[in-house]
Amino acid sequence: MAVMSDTALQAAPITKARGYWATVGRRIVRDKVSMVCALVLVLIFASALLAPWLGLADPYQGSMIRRLRHIGTPNYPLGTDELGRDMLARLIYGGRLSLIIGILPVIFAFVIGTSLGLVAGYVGGRLNTAIMRTVDVFYAFPSVLLAIAISGALGAGIVNSIVSLTIVFVPQITRVSESVTTGVRNMDFVEAARASGAGPFTIMRVHMLGNVLGPIFVYATGLISVSMILAAGLSFLGLGTKPPEPEWGLMLNTLRTAIYVNPWVAALPGVMIFAVSICFNLLSDGMRSAMDIRN
Amino acid sequence: MLVYVARRIVYVIPIVISVALVCFLLVHITPGDPLVAVLPADASQELAAQMRTAYGFDRPLPVQFGLWIWRALHGDLGASIATGRPVLTEVLRAVGNTVTLAIAAALIGFTLGLLFGLIAGYFRDTWVDKVATSVAIAGVSVPHYWLGMVMVIIFSVQLNWLPAVGAGPGGSGSWGWDWEHMKYLILPAITTSVIPMGIVTRTVRALTGDILSQDFVEALRAKGLRELDVFKHVIKNAAPTALAVMGLQLGYMLGGSILIETVFSWPGSGLLLNSAIFQRDLPLLQGTILVLALFFVTLNLLVDIAQAAIDPRIKRG
Repeated sequence: MAVMSDTALQAAPITKARGYWATVGRRIVRDKVSMVCALVLVLIFASALLAPWLGLADPYQGSMIRRLRHIGTPNYPLGTDELGRDMLARLIYGGRLSLIIGILPVIFAFVIGTSLGLVAGYVGGRLNTAIMRTVDVFYAFPSVLLAIAISGALGAGIVNSIVSLTIVFVPQITRVSESVTTGVRNMDFVEAARASGAGPFTIMRVHMLGNVLGPIFVYATGLISVSMILAAGLSFLGLGTKPPEPEWGLMLNTLRTAIYVNPWVAALPGVMIFAVSICFNLLSDGMRSAMDIRN
Repeated sequence: MLVYVARRIVYVIPIVISVALVCFLLVHITPGDPLVAVLPADASQELAAQMRTAYGFDRPLPVQFGLWIWRALHGDLGASIATGRPVLTEVLRAVGNTVTLAIAAALIGFTLGLLFGLIAGYFRDTWVDKVATSVAIAGVSVPHYWLGMVMVIIFSVQLNWLPAVGAGPGGSGSWGWDWEHMKYLILPAITTSVIPMGIVTRTVRALTGDILSQDFVEALRAKGLRELDVFKHVIKNAAPTALAVMGLQLGYMLGGSILIETVFSWPGSGLLLNSAIFQRDLPLLQGTILVLALFFVTLNLLVDIAQAAIDPRIKRG
């Protein structure tokens, strides 16, 4: 027997079996759609970040004699807006605020919702009931209505728009986090950690967080698309960013009056929102199927 | 079944009370004096105090809440600060228009969504599936208010086929069932239908795929059932979940119509909400949100009950 196990050991591959996350990573890199989306997003993020160094026109500098130029006008590749400001510069600079107000709420909600759900799912009992019944109340509002109601009550502004969207997403992420945690809580390895004397915080942080983060993360990535649309939507209604800041939703709003003069320039900011939103959705789909090891 | 329905209704009561509390508090986190919108800038202190008493803003919050709930239960949501008309009348008239829009959009969105979803799920990984999935993902990712603008640009500005704004000729706010009115409904309804179309397609596609991979389908085929009869079983099994998703989507269309209604100046609850926000008309804001949220809760309740009626397994769960 001893001889046999020796040969078995020698025959075993020297490299370690690939871990779960490495497998997921490899699968996603091989997925063409996900990679194209990631590339588009990197380009949009990078151009927004590097906007001041790209040699663009001043996004705030208007000119009454150059208003609403068409796409393809010399010096104004994407035309000018209703105040004669360069659209290309405004679209690229606009990415800064648009991405911040669209993505920050999801990040905040991810942190808050994951923690709430983890605690509710792990502790259970009355605490779970209290947290989850509160969450239910927010589910009684359609998310657009809730976002607009809170923003409308708090008043226009970037911070208020981020706060209201965070409040909209926390219940959704809490629900996902709670249900995943409840599924993991009674597994043997958690029992083992408890038996070996680990306290509740250690168990939640060390043993459970890593096992629940994956599905919550995928869910949150899918929410970014909704959040981008809603955040720009709040600005579109006049409840988010204030003029003259370049931001895609607000640009759509101010250009609405121009659709009879120069319709396609007026539609441009929406293309940016659409592009970011669809890329995040496809990326989230790609991650979900990459993490689904059954396939 | 009756026990299940009763249990669901009892479960809804605390939700309704909490929803009312949220609606009430929402307006009281508002910075600034609620009377600013109606009082003339040079109003005397006396007049301001008089108005405050008239609207009941001078009482303690719990008392205001109690009174508000009590009156709401009797169908009185107060009067709009801006117009002086009863909030309930204003809201119900507007909700009627929103319901018209939502039903038209649901007819388009659900029909296409079910069709695309079933086909895509049945012919998984073929080109038909790829086309349907792409349409669906575009539907859920598109900023619908922008799509509305693009529709107006194409069909109103460029082609001049359909009206860009409003709900009827001559700016009439009332709806009628003739072509003159229908023309106004087409663009907003198509725009609204895009998100439910995408979501229903995605849900039904996943459901169909899951059901087709189950053992009982194999057994049905082994028994010699024709594909059409197998398909009937698929539909039967997908129905409860599909129904729940469609119910939720209908609720979202009713409650989340503000962006589309703003784009098309459709005189529904969303446009009412918009004007309530910007005129700082707090009773109107409270009332509209409350009515819309209650609509949503009721709809969810009905969907749960309908789901249990189709699928007896749900009652036990």
